[in-house]
Order: sequence, then structure tokens, then C-alpha cells
Amino acid sequence: MDRFVWTSGLLEINETLVIQQRGVRIYDGEEKIKFDAGTLLLSTHRLIWRDQKNHECCMAILLSQIVFIEEQAAGIGKSAKIVVHLHPAPPNKEPGPFQSSKNSYIKLSFKEHGQIEFYRRLSEEMTQRRWENMPVSQSLQTNRGPQPGRIRAVGIVGIERKLEEKRKETDKNISEAFEDLSKLMIKTIRFKSYLLSMGIANPVTRETYGSGTQYHMQLAKQLAGILQVPLEERGGIMSLTEVYCLVNRARGMELLSPEDLVNACKMLEALKLPLRLRVFDSGVMVIELQSHKEEEMVASALETVSEKGSLTSEEFAKLVGMSVLLAKERLLLAEKMGHLCRDDSVEGLRFYPNLFMTQS
Amino acid sequence: MAMSFEWPWQYRFPPFFTLQPNVDTRQKQLAAWCSLVLSFCRLHKQSSMTVMEAQESPLFNNVKLQRSKGHLFLLPDSSLKYLWRKAEGRQQTEGKLPVESIQIVLEELRKKGNLEWLDKSKSSFLIMWRRPEEWGKLIYQWVSRSGQNNSVFTLYELTNGEDTEDEEFHGLDEATLLRALQALQQEHKAEIITVSDGRGVKFF
Repeated sequence: MDRFVWTSGLLEINETLVIQQRGVRIYDGEEKIKFDAGTLLLSTHRLIWRDQKNHECCMAILLSQIVFIEEQAAGIGKSAKIVVHLHPAPPNKEPGPFQSSKNSYIKLSFKEHGQIEFYRRLSEEMTQRRWENMPVSQSLQTNRGPQPGRIRAVGIVGIERKLEEKRKETDKNISEAFEDLSKLMIKTIRFKSYLLSMGIANPVTRETYGSGTQYHMQLAKQLAGILQVPLEERGGIMSLTEVYCLVNRARGMELLSPEDLVNACKMLEALKLPLRLRVFDSGVMVIELQSHKEEEMVASALETVSEKGSLTSEEFAKLVGMSVLLAKERLLLAEKMGHLCRDDSVEGLRFYPNLFMTQS
Repeated sequence: MAMSFEWPWQYRFPPFFTLQPNVDTRQKQLAAWCSLVLSFCRLHKQSSMTVMEAQESPLFNNVKLQRSKGHLFLLPDSSLKYLWRKAEGRQQTEGKLPVESIQIVLEELRKKGNLEWLDKSKSSFLIMWRRPEEWGKLIYQWVSRSGQNNSVFTLYELTNGEDTEDEEFHGLDEATLLRALQALQQEHKAEIITVSDGRGVKFF
């Protein structure tokens, strides 16, 4: 609670109001304090609390002092709350309601509701950090730690000063580390909802199954479930890179490493799942539905190429509605099977029907 | 001096100028190239060439090759034609067989016996649209037919004499002739000898 400073409550130039909510009580850590009914204002730069009964009692903290925030749901007889974890107060902080506090967090209790929206807007401001791009007057600026330049150390006072600087530096490093964590925490919460929307409540993780073949087996089974529909939508074949992106987006957290994905895919056929891993001569890896017959697609590719006289991979991809990577693989397969031949010039690589074989 | 040389349909087929990675396709392609080189050299009466000349020659450069998209038709007269569906604008660019691929074609010809390198650095070669053994056979047939076994001829007489005017080997270049006779020599059907103003051959 020692981070708050007294303020007039007036917004500075470049500072914009985002949202405000009546009926908010502040706790210092877990302790109730006298600020039990106020209006909480969120601006692009600060969190301001103004007493509803006494408008002159108004205080604020800078958003840059917030490490991260948490939601606390309402309970029986308890209002919903937002927990705000804070950096230590800078040494030259302006005066505020408390000189010192043993807590590094406060709680905001929403007695008249509005917590959900307020939390959402506060998260947004924390992510966007608009205060960094819109400088306001000097008095609002955070002290970013020790000033650059050498600290003159003379005598015992000097040594004490040096120790103090060192302590502040350490504090600063820890705070900065927590800043990254705070961003990650916000993303984590968002991803959790993605997870549930994809129907994957419990992603297969190394923790649950270990990192051996058991893990890959389970993973393979989960992949078969996730990929069936996307494969059908894409003509029965997808490049492994596409699969990697799709699967990791679905999992949200506990992202799969490329190695784990490949190892799981290698087990697909053995486990008699309805998809398989295929590696083309070029090294490109794809996942195919078992029912997909790439060799048969080659016949239709030949027809398409013949119709047009000749085609590049890009032209073919566009015509057929495939990715250029997979289009090229199909044309290369057709060439390997002797149906097409190539013209490789400064103009690029073109495929022609293989007249060498058909016109003899 | 292209004269009335008839280019084969492959000459107008852009893939002809790219060495094909598919082995079976490549076999057909190289066979077509060998055939083209031999018929080209035969018509132009060219018995030897340097690799430089080959690179610049229309043989390995179709300056009028067309690559644009369109329907590809092989007409009954074996000419290859493009018919445009839409006027997408022609792209006229060269069809040029890269020198590495030219080397491969030449090596094929050598393996078949139609080519011989004239120097160690492989910069110039002898090209024989008929293999020396085949020439040898033709010459020996004529010798036997005309009952001239055990006769001696100068090389000049063989290729430029009145008696051989109707023969296919009439006008044959000396280098090829020599190799033809060497082939016969191997079979003990002839012997190359030295005569007053050059070389000659005795047939058995």
C-alpha cells in the first residue's frame, strides 16, 4: 500500500480515461484499510482511487508499477476482486497514504460489481503499455532505478550508498524478470480458453506420460483426432509444417516440439490410425489420410498440365487450390512416375506432359 | 547453312533443353540428341567440331524456342505447334542446352562409337554419323563386289576416285576413313601402308 501517491485525480495531457467503477474497496495485502468505498479509475497511465465521500482523498499508482494482476471470483458474502502485484516503490516517490507496507500487493474489491470488465480493460492496458508511447509530465514518470553515471564512493557513507545502489539494482532486475512473467501470465489465461474451445481439456504432456514411446503413442492418437477433419478439408494431404501450426494452436499451452511431432507421426501407420506420415524424395514431409492416394492424384495432375500445355508449381497450385509446396511435390511425383518432364530455364521450372515417352 | 535441314519435333519442345532427371525419360532424350547431332553433322558435312563451336551452333541453341502457355499439339507432320487459347503474349526465349549437358550428349556419342576426342583436354572431337566399323564394312563390300581384293589404293582414290562416285563413302573425310580402315585392319581385311605421297591401303 506504500506505492500509492496522493494526486489531484485530474488527468494529464496524453493520459486518457479507459474505464471507471464505483463501489471499490482497497485492501493492503489481505488487510482491510480505511479506504472502503471509492471510485476506481483506469487511465492509460495510472490506476486512480477516489473516495466517494471525500473527493479530495484521491490517490494513484502508475500502471508501470504493476507486475501482474489476478482475478478472484466472488463467493458467498464476498465480492469479486482483482489482486494487483506491485513493484517496490521507488525511493523518491511522492507522498501517499502509507509510508511503508509489508505487502507487495493490494486487492481491489468490487462491491458494486463491474470486476469482469474492469479486469479485462486493465489487462489490455497492461499488454499494450500505452504509457510508454505517450509521455506525460515529469511528476508522473517512473523512476527507472539508479541514474546512469558513477556513484562516488567516499568513506563509510560511500560504501553504504554503494550497497544501497546494489540492492536497488537487484530489485530492479527481479522486477524486470517479473514483468515478462506478467505478460506470460496474461497470455496463459487467454490460451486456457482456447484450449477448452477446442475440446482439449487435458493436452497430452510429458508430465503425464513421460518422454518415451508411450508419450509418442498417446500423442499419435490425439493427433489422429485433431487432424481428421482438417485433412478432409484440404484434399487429404497437409505438409508437416501446416500440421505443426494447427496442432500447437489447438493445444495452446504445452506446445509440441518439432521432434515430438515427427516421432508421434512416425507411429501413425504402426498404430493403424487413419493417417500416415509420408516423406517425399525432396525431404518434404506430409501427413496423408490413409484413404488418400497421391499416385492417383498424379493422373489428374497430368490432365491439368496437358490442358494448359505446361505449368509451373505456382500456376498449378493456383489452378487446383493447393499450397505451392504440395503442388510441387505432386508435379515432382508425376515426373518421377514418367508422366511429366521438366523445362528448367531462366524463366523458372515448368512441367510438360512427357512427350519423350508418348511420342516415339 | 541450315538449308533444308528438318529439325525434329523435340527441337521445338522446351524440355529438350533441360537434362531430364527421370532416368527413363533421360534415355529417350539423349537418344534424340544423339540422333539430331549425327543427322545435323551429316547434312552439313561436318566431320569435326570444337566444344566451343558446338555451344554456339544452332544445334544446341534454338533461338526461336517458344515457352508460352497454350495447347500443345503434335501435328501429323511431326512438327510441334502451340495454339493460344488466350492472347497472353508470347514469350520467345532461347532454348539452350547447358554445356554440362552438351558434354553428356557427346559422351553418349562416344560410347556409341560415333565420336572420338581429338585432344586430351577434350576441346575438339571427330563426329562420325556412321561408325568406323560400318564404313569399313561398306568399303570392304565395294572392294569385294568389284573384285579388287589384293589391290592397293591411295586414300584419295578411295574417297575421291571416279570409281567410287556412286558409293556412300565417296567424299568421306580422311580422319573417318582412316579409322574405318583401321577397323578393317583389326579384322585382317586390310592393311594401311605408306605410298609415295601419303598413305594407302591394301585389301585382302
